[in-house]
Amino acid sequence: MSARSDLPRWVDIGLIPALNLIIAFVMAGLVVLVIGENPFRALSILLGEPLFSLQGWCNILYYATNFIFTGLCVAVAFHAGLFNIGGEGQAYIAGLGAATPGLFIGAALAAVLPNALSQPITLLICLVCSFLVGGLWGLFPGYLQAKRGSHIVITTIMLNFIAASLMQYMINRVYRPLGMQAVESRAVNDAYIWNLREIGRAFGAKLPSTPLTPVIFIALLAAFAVWYLLWRSKLGYEIRAVGANQDAAVYAGINPARIIMITMMISGGLAGLLAFHEVLGTQHRLVLEYVQGAGFVGIAVALMGRSHPVGIVLAALLFGLLSEGGTQLSFEIQTISKDLVVVIQGLVVLFMGALEQAFHPWLERYFRREG
Amino acid sequence: MDFVLLPEILSSTLRMSVPLILACLAGLWSERSGIVDIGLEGKMLVGAFVAACSASYFHSPWMGLFLAIVVCVLFALVHGYASINQRGNQVVSGVAINMLAAGLTVVIGNSWYKQGGRTPQLDQGSRFLPIDFPGHDALFEMNGIGPIAKIFLDHSILVYIALALVPLSAWALARTRFGLRLRAVGENPQAVDTAGISVARLRYQAVIIAGVLCGIAGAYLSTALQTSFVRDMSAGRGFLALTALIFANWRAWPALWACLLFGFLQAVANFMQGAHLFGVEIPVQVFNALPYIMTIVLLAGFIGKSVPPKASGTPYSKDR
Repeated sequence: MSARSDLPRWVDIGLIPALNLIIAFVMAGLVVLVIGENPFRALSILLGEPLFSLQGWCNILYYATNFIFTGLCVAVAFHAGLFNIGGEGQAYIAGLGAATPGLFIGAALAAVLPNALSQPITLLICLVCSFLVGGLWGLFPGYLQAKRGSHIVITTIMLNFIAASLMQYMINRVYRPLGMQAVESRAVNDAYIWNLREIGRAFGAKLPSTPLTPVIFIALLAAFAVWYLLWRSKLGYEIRAVGANQDAAVYAGINPARIIMITMMISGGLAGLLAFHEVLGTQHRLVLEYVQGAGFVGIAVALMGRSHPVGIVLAALLFGLLSEGGTQLSFEIQTISKDLVVVIQGLVVLFMGALEQAFHPWLERYFRREG
Repeated sequence: MDFVLLPEILSSTLRMSVPLILACLAGLWSERSGIVDIGLEGKMLVGAFVAACSASYFHSPWMGLFLAIVVCVLFALVHGYASINQRGNQVVSGVAINMLAAGLTVVIGNSWYKQGGRTPQLDQGSRFLPIDFPGHDALFEMNGIGPIAKIFLDHSILVYIALALVPLSAWALARTRFGLRLRAVGENPQAVDTAGISVARLRYQAVIIAGVLCGIAGAYLSTALQTSFVRDMSAGRGFLALTALIFANWRAWPALWACLLFGFLQAVANFMQGAHLFGVEIPVQVFNALPYIMTIVLLAGFIGKSVPPKASGTPYSKDR
């Protein structure tokens, strides 16, 4: 997944992503032209508008929170040479882990402890359970890959669909209170993550309406933890060794099957944290389809960020900007649907992932002449 | 289960299976040549969109079919260029095509028709209707054989094209020089190259065939099965077809049975919201998840074994 290259480092991590991004924008601009709008006006709204308001910035960070989690999910697997397309399903199923403790343990804790104590404890349990449930949904294809030789791309795709069916059943039949029309669980009031506006109100400040929550700090912490894991720990070394060359790793005394399973557990767990954020911070209940493609955006984020946590945070901010800008764009120019952002994401995946070698010969020639 | 509905369910099974069969054959051709195609879903979606737009514009389902095929082949060529010339990651390329398809169809559809991505309703003349052969009303109303004839004969031409393509593909892959070479490329490209046959050319041919088949599948969705394009109308069928392909162990005839089985499950899920079997209620989600569960069990090697073409997913380069 990560290309070996003879190019200077800044070209590899800076110039190539920038070039690919520009091409993606040019092509998206052509689409805008085809549907008869002004691409420059569209671009200035898409990238400019969100940056000029506090609310815009908050919403960017809100989207970025989700994309950091799913981007890290894809990247961790990349480093072990695995392509986890299952982030979508892992994040979805982890909703069970996020909501269940909040619904049941939360009430019990609230009965015996003061609110200021029971809420954080419940949230902590929810956090751990989100990670675990998402992780188990990732561990399973990891096990199938490691022990049974089933290809992880195929199994994670299938588990996405199984997760969708399972969640539809669980929310509809198990979590929906009797007599409620909407297909959703009851509100999770005992594990409630305040968003920025609610926090501001508690301190008497008036802040814009935004779904941004302090979970962004957990996302940044996760990014740091992934960096530490991959480049500063023994396990991370083993993960990268398996990713670089599985046969060589065996001779270094590494058990690839074990590493593959652990990596997939971590990968799925990171996707699972999205459920913690969405279910307890945004929806405050278990609803259908709350992942909304963020698992797939994670692929674009990981490719754009070159599978490095710093790159992923930056790429997540970029895609957060696009998501927020896309919404504003569809308000200002009615004929452009916000799905234009999906087109841009697809183009980024195409150029960063599948055609990443396209510029290489050209750039290599240029930089060889220089050096 | 309610047995009165059985003829209806079987007829629906055939209708639901057709897009699966076409996409599954597309995957078969592509993967047999060594190109993994995750992008069946996206190509089918694009095909459905283009077919609906052009059928409504030209008032002809055939124009819809033709342009759907043309555009799907273009998308297939993008995948081919990425996987053959650029030796890129084929899975990533497929994912990109799916995202592009999901985005483009809605963006363009929304700006053209302003109905949230939906295209205008097609009138009768712009759709593929069940074939109107002489005396079919009399036949279908006959006692006894009427309902049975209706299961098999009350369909549009695309259904029979899809069914005919199964033996054709099986024969071409097993008996023709082209098919044998194509399969060889999927197993051992070095050997084919050594014999002086172009690997890239064969793989491009396979990818184009896959594009054509996805185009037919898409056109079927929007101009035969339904009366317009709606956003995300392929609804996972491309992945279900991929699942069927694995379930069928990359062979044409078993692929037909797998698609019919999965089509049957879809038909049952549509007809009865939760069936009863031996007094126990089976939730509808079970039918939706069952193909994937069965295939995972198969992939895990607990029953039988599914073995992909040896070189599938790996780009070919001469200098190795």
